[in-house]
Amino acid sequence: MSGAPDLPEWAAWVVAILVVSGAAITLTGAIGLVRLKSFYDRVHAPTLGSTLGIACILAASIVCFSVLQSRLVLHEILIAVFVTLTTPVTLILLVRAALYRDRIEGEDVPPHE
Amino acid sequence: MSGVVLAWALTAAQAMLVLAMALATWRMLRGPRAQDRILALDSFYLNGMLVLLMFGIQTGRTIYFEASVIVALLGFVSTAALAKFLMRGEVIE
Repeated sequence: MSGAPDLPEWAAWVVAILVVSGAAITLTGAIGLVRLKSFYDRVHAPTLGSTLGIACILAASIVCFSVLQSRLVLHEILIAVFVTLTTPVTLILLVRAALYRDRIEGEDVPPHE
Repeated sequence: MSGVVLAWALTAAQAMLVLAMALATWRMLRGPRAQDRILALDSFYLNGMLVLLMFGIQTGRTIYFEASVIVALLGFVSTAALAKFLMRGEVIE
């Protein structure tokens, strides 16, 4: 526990709730990454963190910096847009590569159409 | 009162994110296959970026925001390159 920004009462509660819920959602995704059985199940788990977890923490950051600097600070939206655009792209590439490898090794996966 | 709550909330959130990073590391070391390790690395990058954002909220400085943008960029590029490598066996053809 090492300090916190000097926010008014309402903003402190909003930031605290958003930050804890975002981190909890991300942790749920990470637990899913460890516990689910097959690779194709596990692909879904970390997307919890990359959608709702990131959204909650970025919202907390927007509220915090907007109140601290007494103006609307929206540069966090840059990260939100970037992660929202890139996560599906990387996961599609990764799953295609995994399907390709599994087909070569004769695993039980759907055939190429 | 609310300052103490906020300080504890930030600390708890950081602890949860670091635990998430530890779980991703476990999956990265355990495997069992290369695609699992790449998926875990992607998730690790994302959680690291969130930890940097939490540092930014905690200290009230925007420099951490810029660092987290760079981490997000590197995470995307490295995961895309590694997926390409799994698919083709080489990155630049």
